[in-house]
Amino acid sequence: MSTSVAAKSVRTGEAGLAIVLLALAFAAIFITSRAYTGAFAFHTSLFAIASFAGAAAIAWRYQHREAETPLMIDGRPNYNFGPVKFMSLAALFWGLAGTSVGLYLALELAFPWLNFSTAYINFGRLRPLHTSAVIFAFGGNVLLSTSFYVVQRTCRARLAGDLAPWFVALGYNFFIVIAGTGYLLGITRSHEYAEPEWYATSFLVVVWVTYLLVFLGTIARRVEPHIYVANWFYLAFIVTIAVLVLGNNTEVPVSLFSSKSYPVWSGVQDAMIQWWYGHNAVGFFLTAGFLAIMYYFVPKRAERPVYSYRLSIVHFWALIFLYIWAGPHHLHYTALPDWAQTLGMTFSIMLWMPSWGGMINGLMTLSGAWDKLRTDPVLRMMVVSIAFYGMATFEGPVMSIKEINALSHYTDWGIGHVHSGSLGWVAFVSFGALYCMIPWVFQRELYSKRLVEWHFWIATIGIVFYITSMWVAGIMQGLMWRAYTDQGYLEYSFVETVQAMHPMYVIRALGGAMFVSGIVIMIFNIYKTLASPALAPAPGLGAAQLAPAE
Amino acid sequence: MTDGAHPHIDPKTGKSTTGHEWDGIRELNTPLPRWWLWTFYACILWAFGYWLLYPAWPLVHGATQGLLGWHARSAVVEDLKQLQTLRAPSIDKLQAASLSDIEKTPDLLEIARAQGSALFANNCAPCHGAGGQGAKGYPNLNADRWLWGGTLKDIQATITHGARWDADPATHSSLMPSFGRDGILKPAEIRATANYVRSLSGLKTDPGADLALGRKTFADNCAPCHGSQGKGNKEMGAPNLTTRVWLYGNRLSDIVNRITVGGGGQMPAWGEKLTGEQIKALTVFVHSLGGGQ
Repeated sequence: MSTSVAAKSVRTGEAGLAIVLLALAFAAIFITSRAYTGAFAFHTSLFAIASFAGAAAIAWRYQHREAETPLMIDGRPNYNFGPVKFMSLAALFWGLAGTSVGLYLALELAFPWLNFSTAYINFGRLRPLHTSAVIFAFGGNVLLSTSFYVVQRTCRARLAGDLAPWFVALGYNFFIVIAGTGYLLGITRSHEYAEPEWYATSFLVVVWVTYLLVFLGTIARRVEPHIYVANWFYLAFIVTIAVLVLGNNTEVPVSLFSSKSYPVWSGVQDAMIQWWYGHNAVGFFLTAGFLAIMYYFVPKRAERPVYSYRLSIVHFWALIFLYIWAGPHHLHYTALPDWAQTLGMTFSIMLWMPSWGGMINGLMTLSGAWDKLRTDPVLRMMVVSIAFYGMATFEGPVMSIKEINALSHYTDWGIGHVHSGSLGWVAFVSFGALYCMIPWVFQRELYSKRLVEWHFWIATIGIVFYITSMWVAGIMQGLMWRAYTDQGYLEYSFVETVQAMHPMYVIRALGGAMFVSGIVIMIFNIYKTLASPALAPAPGLGAAQLAPAE
Repeated sequence: MTDGAHPHIDPKTGKSTTGHEWDGIRELNTPLPRWWLWTFYACILWAFGYWLLYPAWPLVHGATQGLLGWHARSAVVEDLKQLQTLRAPSIDKLQAASLSDIEKTPDLLEIARAQGSALFANNCAPCHGAGGQGAKGYPNLNADRWLWGGTLKDIQATITHGARWDADPATHSSLMPSFGRDGILKPAEIRATANYVRSLSGLKTDPGADLALGRKTFADNCAPCHGSQGKGNKEMGAPNLTTRVWLYGNRLSDIVNRITVGGGGQMPAWGEKLTGEQIKALTVFVHSLGGGQ
């Protein structure tokens, strides 16, 4: 490709990172030798192994790479799709793993003997494994891979950094392994969605800051004069997650040789910080990030312009300004001061329209191309995801109203709400994006549209089973908890509410099983896609699309 | 790439775009949907109204209090007061009546049973089962076999002070010795005794069981509490061993284990948590479960 053959030399980044990794490996070995618990020693030895492997990988890459990596080849950007490919496949793996654990948990709730009285698979340990695997492992890999793809395509520039994108891809997945195995071994901070302990989170912060720099570096390198709306959302997601993780993980380790740490915040302050974090993990990880996906893949797939530029600006700024206040609605009727509860609730109500701005922009982008929903199941998946997004972002403000929250809080209604957002919106828009992007980056044609149809229908019906059973279970549970006899005594005992919910739990597990089946179909479809011969040149990467339109 | 001066027109809708293009994606220059904007304004307006009425914005000291004067804490106090008002008539009636009067007066009995069943479900059912059927180590309350006595007074005392609940000096405190673990009896003696205990209620014994040794060991070690006939002693909470009701199971291994380990279950002193009338209601309810004495 390159015309001149330059002499190969070790780059500063390669040497620097290799030295840092080796130093980390030896530090990890030292800590392992003095670790207080076997579980922590196991984790620090994983750090040592991974660091050595990273250094070895740098050496191997040096052997095999060209002397220079050009930013442009023949006037076209030399896109870096390696990390994108890796993370898009990692997303599929974690998607199957995370939802399978979720299905097992649903079965444990319906049939408690399934924990076999084993600590490692009891509900308390598996539950964070499920939530982290689907949100951070599946969702995270989808966000990272699509962001690396979208930012390159919409900036017409190669990803910034030489080793940095791979460090982000591999480092992030290593963090997931540490977090997940930690839960099974009983290592947890006991903060919902923020369970990983200090050493895992510290490593994550390094990975995340690198991610931010890669993303910003690529934008700085762009050829396009303006920054596309998807990149605003990605950037809001990356920056805010960094702030949230740092804020909620302000903690002091017991010792360098212990996995345990204690948060600086205590009591209701800790609860407030936790839900400021927790709600904005929903807002910026599961909403802003996936809106970015929508803003690229929906117009791209529908081959239609985005409905309204003005709406995208207004709802973007309104969304990120208002979301950050809404956390206290997770702490209604607690020790949290009344004023904070009021603000959490009112900002949640004001958030309704900014959320729906994204829905309108996504759905109306289809105008002029609605007929494609009949023939393209991938596009249909994304459009249904937007509908679920609209539903969940209406349900959320409703549930934040104190009077309604008094009924819904602590019940399975919350579980239903979360899953209409996560299965309906996050997972479906991710599936849609992966069905588009994997064939594009691997330069293959998708093996079967029919299998996508099957995936779509099985998963959609599964979601409906899931959500409706949890609505019934949750509202019934809430009503039973508050039922008084005419003499002023509670009508039902706790165990009676559990008994009453059992049939709903079975239906929920059935819905979950259908959803998991959909992912199995998808993985088979992607496997067959990758096993097919490569196209040249791929439709998504054709020269026609790289050139300016006019 | 076009710019603002030469707007690009979307051929399908005839609407103009912003003129920018990224990787083939353009953006229509559509204005904000009216209904969207006005609903957004309405939500903001509603929030301002809510802030006026309720505690909302933090100040240097405290926060704005709102025109309605509503506070979560005072609202809870008010709710609890209402609950007390609702409960008062039945509480007054139970307070004035003795346990046996409650049982004899249909009107009072109905109140006590209604309250008692709610209290039982929320406090007792986790151990004794939703229907009072008990479980291994947790007495069955339907069987009309009472460890600490089955009269109204006995049941009331047991609920109030619990069993082996050290915080309450009046609790039932007697414990079965750990005959095996503490080396008081040898394994052969324990096995013989367990066989003998089974024979008391007509259960089959091991073919080669030394019932004579069992009888002797029983008389020396067990009879002081369980009685020479094994009929039990409610003063000591020592179960009657001649019936079909077994707290820890009637297999030979169960009985061997009990003699080896000894001890006894714990029950909280509910007098710490429940009011006198509530305990009265519970007493009457439990008494009615298995036909109390």
